Amino acid sequence: MTDLSLFVPGTSLLHRLPAGAKLLGLLALSIVTIWLQSAWQVGAVLALVLVGYAVAGIGPSLVARQVRPLLWFLVVIAGVQVWTSGWQMALTVVGTIVVLVLAAALVTLTTRTTAMADAVVAACRPLRVVGVDPERVGLMIALAMRSVPVVVGIAQDVRDAQRARGVRFAPQAYGVALVVRSLRQATALGDALLARGLDD
Amino acid sequence: MIEVSGVSQVYGAGAARRTVLDGVEVTLSEHRIGVVGSNGSGKSTFARLLNGLVEPTRGTVTVDGLDTVREGRAVRQKVGFCFTDPDSQIVMPTVREDVAFGLRRKGLRGAAADPVVDDALARFGLSALADSPAHTLSGGEKQLLALCSVLITEPDVLVLDEPTTLLDLRNARRIGDVVASLPQQVLLVTHQLDLLAGFDRVLVFDEGRLVHDDAPAGAVDHYRRLMA
Amino acid sequence: MPTAPTTDAVRPSRRPARDLALVAVFVGVIAALGLVPGLQVPGFAVPITLQSMGVVLAGAVLGGRRGFLSVVLFLGLVALGLPLLAGGRGGLSWFASPSAGFLYVWPFVALLVGWLTYRMGAPYKLRWGIPINVLGGMVLMYLGGVAGLMVFGKLGFSAAFAALAIYLPGDAVKMVVAALVARGVHAAMPDLLPVHEPVDDAEPVAA
Repeated sequence: MTDLSLFVPGTSLLHRLPAGAKLLGLLALSIVTIWLQSAWQVGAVLALVLVGYAVAGIGPSLVARQVRPLLWFLVVIAGVQVWTSGWQMALTVVGTIVVLVLAAALVTLTTRTTAMADAVVAACRPLRVVGVDPERVGLMIALAMRSVPVVVGIAQDVRDAQRARGVRFAPQAYGVALVVRSLRQATALGDALLARGLDD
Repeated sequence: MIEVSGVSQVYGAGAARRTVLDGVEVTLSEHRIGVVGSNGSGKSTFARLLNGLVEPTRGTVTVDGLDTVREGRAVRQKVGFCFTDPDSQIVMPTVREDVAFGLRRKGLRGAAADPVVDDALARFGLSALADSPAHTLSGGEKQLLALCSVLITEPDVLVLDEPTTLLDLRNARRIGDVVASLPQQVLLVTHQLDLLAGFDRVLVFDEGRLVHDDAPAGAVDHYRRLMA
Repeated sequence: MPTAPTTDAVRPSRRPARDLALVAVFVGVIAALGLVPGLQVPGFAVPITLQSMGVVLAGAVLGGRRGFLSVVLFLGLVALGLPLLAGGRGGLSWFASPSAGFLYVWPFVALLVGWLTYRMGAPYKLRWGIPINVLGGMVLMYLGGVAGLMVFGKLGFSAAFAALAIYLPGDAVKMVVAALVARGVHAAMPDLLPVHEPVDDAEPVAA
């Protein structure tokens, strides 16, 4: 599934760690950040996360790409914090966000989607007692992954058809055509699931 | 042995009421059976009746004595089904996972399924694509994958609903060759009449009725006259 | 009470497979709507994408239960590392970002919109559909967004709200478009919305 995932192939220690361990580590880190008080502490944790990127062999440009889409929010938040609580507080708050975002992205970049899905299914196993079927969860994840490229293909067809008729982009017509054709696809998929023994 | 007795299929009610199949009565025991008819003739609904995907409004359909409505599950284990559009029947993200999906009903999962899956992929010439995402396959490869995924469960009967309609000539021939080599009983719905060479029996549907039932030559003649 | 004739597609034995397929395929719809290049509105810093409309549509088309599941599954794939959020974003980091409040509230937006839409029942009426979409897709959505900024950005309520206000006009348009799309879809596929007398909670339930 490599062409549909953010995973960066590699053989580093972080790549080889089991997905479950990385997710637990991320959880632990996010709990730690609740107690971070000063900009220095945040800086230390941020340095630790950046070391993680170095270990995984992921370069600065990919690190920057994780944060860039947040810039607008970070600027607003920093501005408000400087104004109300001073620059120290602004650094702490913005730094904590960057730490969490970078750490979470590091897990994503070093873990295959399938390994992550297996970890989720394993994590669901204790939930069996409350009626969650872990296998059904895994099946739904797989089905959804399969459906994304199929529906994206339908979306391209719909766009092309509208362009061929010289229609300017009309969100309403586009939306109706996309959803109706996707629901037809779903009916066919439901038939196929039944034919292939989903009810066994 | 498939027995279709007194089957009618009606959709909707009132003004929207449409009779899709009308009084179909037929027993299917031949090794190779073709089904032809124009668009909307009811042949696709007929195919879906045979594994219980469609439940008859009136009448009954049985496969080796099993009723498709009451024992749908058991029927679907006996009758494999291949659809026209491979994209709607490939249900898993990668080739290997999709082939393995059908083995769940046999209790084969995970690593235990691997040798069976590898074997099937090799037979269909799909080994090199085992870990490819399904959506990166060509149309012909997708239909081969669909066929592979159905046949791995070793059904007694295979029903194919226009499996080559969306394919080019070369890939259509490839699917045709695979189908011809199968040990199973095959029921093939198609517009490509040359695929029916060597078949034992061909059914012709028109406006919801079974209008002709003959050896391929006679049935195809009848169909051509009907379409003229 | 007489309801619509049972077509093959909605027989009880068909429901689990069909519902599973609807939930999975709608994940694709939400993703595809995020791919539409953002409409750049002059004077606004943030491009408007149709993805949040997809979340509202999940409810308005599939109903509360299936819509909720579909959005949860969509977010699940994002968390697993698929770049399905508008603009090709994805991964766990988005659940810790200042805009994460929106993501966390999305399933409940679909649940609320879906529950109300299916209560309204067939035929789909814009005079109900638009307010339902606004209630879920704007009121509830912005409560989530503001709460997220307050938690992850340590902002006060008014500062958080001000930071998000630029999205309001675009979202208002999207809620109307979502209602128009939902009406078109229900007209084309009449067996989704339940036909019922005023009080009849007949939403299809999956096993």
